Amino acid sequence: MSDTSLSALAAQLAAKQVSSRELAQSYLDRIAALNPAINAFITVDAEKTLAEAAAADALIAAGKNGPLTGVPIAHKDIFCTDGWLTTCGSKMLHNFVAPYDAHVIQRFKAAGMPSLGKTNMDEFAMGSSNETSYFGAVKNPWDIARVPGGSSGGAAACIAARMAPAATGTDTGGSIRQPAAFTGITGLKPTYGLVSRFGMIAFASSLDQAGPMAPSAEDCALLLNVMTGFDPNDSTSLERDKEDYARDLDKPLAGLRVGLPKEFFAEGLNSEVAAAVEAAVAELKKLGATPVEISLANSQLAIPVYYVLAPAEASSNLSRFDGVRYGYRAPDYANLDDMYCKTRAQGFGAEVKRRILIGAYVLSHGYYDAYYLQAQKIRRLIADDFSAAFEACDVILGPTAPGTAFRLGEKSDDPVEMYLNDLYTIPANLAGLPGMSLPCGFDSQGLPIGLQLVGNYFSEAKMLNVAHQYQCATDWHKRLPPLGAASGEKP
Amino acid sequence: MKWETVIGLEVHTQLATQSKIFSGSSTAFGAAPNTQASAVDIALPGVLPVLNRGAVECAIKFGLAIGATLNRVNVFDRKNYFYPDLPKGYQISQLAKPIVEGGTLKIVVDGEEKTIHLTRAHLEEDAGKSLHEDFHGMTGIDLNRAGTPLLEIVSEPEMRSSAEAVAYARALHTLVTWIGICDGNMQEGSFRVDANVSVRPVGQAEFGTRREIKNLNSFRFLQQAIDYEVRWQIETLEDGGRIEQATVLFDPDSGETRMMRSKEDAHDYRYFPDPDLLPVKLDEGWVEAVRAALPELPAAMQTRFQRDYGVSAYDAAVLTGSRALADYFEAVAKTCGQGKLAANWVMGELSAALNKAELDIAASPVSAARLGALIARIQDGTLSGKLAKQVFEGLWEGAGEVDAIIDARGLRQMSDSGELEKIVDEVLAANPKSVEEFRSGKDKAFNALVGQVMKASRGKANPAQVNELLKAKLQN
Repeated sequence: MSDTSLSALAAQLAAKQVSSRELAQSYLDRIAALNPAINAFITVDAEKTLAEAAAADALIAAGKNGPLTGVPIAHKDIFCTDGWLTTCGSKMLHNFVAPYDAHVIQRFKAAGMPSLGKTNMDEFAMGSSNETSYFGAVKNPWDIARVPGGSSGGAAACIAARMAPAATGTDTGGSIRQPAAFTGITGLKPTYGLVSRFGMIAFASSLDQAGPMAPSAEDCALLLNVMTGFDPNDSTSLERDKEDYARDLDKPLAGLRVGLPKEFFAEGLNSEVAAAVEAAVAELKKLGATPVEISLANSQLAIPVYYVLAPAEASSNLSRFDGVRYGYRAPDYANLDDMYCKTRAQGFGAEVKRRILIGAYVLSHGYYDAYYLQAQKIRRLIADDFSAAFEACDVILGPTAPGTAFRLGEKSDDPVEMYLNDLYTIPANLAGLPGMSLPCGFDSQGLPIGLQLVGNYFSEAKMLNVAHQYQCATDWHKRLPPLGAASGEKP
Repeated sequence: MKWETVIGLEVHTQLATQSKIFSGSSTAFGAAPNTQASAVDIALPGVLPVLNRGAVECAIKFGLAIGATLNRVNVFDRKNYFYPDLPKGYQISQLAKPIVEGGTLKIVVDGEEKTIHLTRAHLEEDAGKSLHEDFHGMTGIDLNRAGTPLLEIVSEPEMRSSAEAVAYARALHTLVTWIGICDGNMQEGSFRVDANVSVRPVGQAEFGTRREIKNLNSFRFLQQAIDYEVRWQIETLEDGGRIEQATVLFDPDSGETRMMRSKEDAHDYRYFPDPDLLPVKLDEGWVEAVRAALPELPAAMQTRFQRDYGVSAYDAAVLTGSRALADYFEAVAKTCGQGKLAANWVMGELSAALNKAELDIAASPVSAARLGALIARIQDGTLSGKLAKQVFEGLWEGAGEVDAIIDARGLRQMSDSGELEKIVDEVLAANPKSVEEFRSGKDKAFNALVGQVMKASRGKANPAQVNELLKAKLQN
């Protein structure tokens, strides 16, 4: 199989060794072959994809191509995409065709990157296994009896199975990083505010952040260059000078202080995952880094805090799905209240309803102070722990998830057990910090293990540098799942 | 038992911004349904609010105009409830930190001045409209109004009669239109009043249980609704009943209030800070720039009118009923140099004509410059008061400049004493009986002679001159 890194594909396109149309077609073929088994895509529209690819070819022919022009990309179905079905993995939006492009989609379009389709996800991004999707569970390409993680499970699976060279994801409590870990790919959640949320269907506004998912850190750096930038349509978007996230990739790691939070290596961590992460630390030491033990004491409270704040925001964000203007409406109802009740009872799945109920409860009169306000205070303490930790280290390192991909259905009856999957990823969301996951080995069952990096605000270039140097010294990110005959040939 | 009425008002003023508070859609009234509703206004998935700086500036103006405290850090909250004309399922409002806190407004009722304290004023977005009438068995939704900026202005419960409530509402209406933050159009819903009304036995310290009358869109309805509600509450209590906290609607046809929802139906709005909007800080430079650009306010202008133009306190209050009226008056007074006369004409002849024609001062067919010129012609003796009224009619009809009308219609007061003397002689010769009576001591006869002279001159004689001349002739 030839090199499918974004830089290699871009070079081939620029040199006219392959056209964007040919490239897109080869990925569409692979999707056609593999997606029935993996279910990574909700919507594929070859005609639209090829038309966008043809436009990219015209740009290349005219010499108006940018760094990634013509390279196709898959978009999580949480991004509104003009003319495309945009479902957010829900029956509620099973028929919703967006009339506008999300800011992120606009940026990829402007970069000349054709869309390969819309990827499957947990319903409204609520889930850690991709089993809550109205469009069916996504299967992990490494073992189709297992989950790919969530909520960006479709994105992760399509990268792992090389059905796309790049994908967008979103991360509210680990939804880019945990599926990246479960599928052996690289994913980055940027600093909150770096990527516009406009057109990205909101789950928890103060935590949601879009980011890139791809095989390697280098790919992620190139994608991040496209995705980031101030957007006046998002009041939480940050106005900053444009930076090149690939600029430091090749810097040596000598002198790098790697913080290891003792709380992330405590009870609950699978021993094989612990061993792989420790081996990664040893590898980084060889590259010149110095491990430092740090403490993130309040991160222990991250899950309860998250499961107050995220549902609170979600309960309000999802109120617009009321059957009045678009999306699903119950077929039979007696009056307005009945229409609301039936529409929302039928249109939302169990996990979404559970979180709306939790959210409405913690915001209700008499409980607000005890839950919502208290959670906000602890959120501040968690962020303060990180600030203190970054006095002692340059980047924080640990496991992305406590274990590897679990079996479909294994945790779906126990929400709390499911929520514990995000134990290590949630703190970065609560603090608004960038976090990423990259492959660092396999367990005894051949399932990928993820290594998490958490950086200080706006230190994405540094994190990508660390990840890239690690990936230059290892080949975990190059390993491919055993997909049998279906794996076919790549361009 | 003697009862005391307690009233507090909540007024929703629609801010006069070009675009909505969180989107770029137009706020213009009267467009076809849903043509001014953008993706943000109809709450498509993924859209986000961006605060309109102009709306915040309106609130700053208001806060400065009433001497209130401006919260330098502003937080927007979500008020959650379901209704088809509320597209997001929540309204963006301000709960804990309203932009304006405190402040006062002066009202005058029966010559008594009273200061009403304001509790707060906060920014929020309006909802859309539900149209129940045009669609058989269904409800239409028009989201043109959704997202229109509102400043909700809440008073302390300090009014003690419907007259005070109306005076407060009028003073507030004058102020918000005066400083240009609201067009004040009550028919179009730009200024909507909710009245919280309760009664208590005179002397009792605690307030009675209040009922809130929603959405009163005229001062007359405000007065009628409060009067009805007060009577109803007193009767209920005197009959041994109890008042339950409730929201009621006023029906202008029956003149009654009726229950809309009881306290038990009250929503739990689950307020929390909107995570899509960051706290807004008002910097000192901005506040000071807004302060510097504020126009002279009604209270200050009243004092100045009394001082500079010698008008009474009452006249000054009437003349500052709106900024347009005040500006008009001042232009007239400056043109003619006669403050009191200008006040009389503006409040008298002009107001009567405008009322009759149902015109606003801004649409007056008689410009301030022309009315000033007219008054100047009275002052210099060219016109008598009576002739001036005829010239005014000419001005109203658009017959041109004052002097042109005087000349064209021959309305110049007779200043040639030879001509007048001739008329006087003729009148005396023609009315020997009146002359006789006057000489025998009947003063009334003199007035009859004056009337005859005026009539003979077709109103153009100067009455003072006629008096003088007649006296001189009769005493000979």
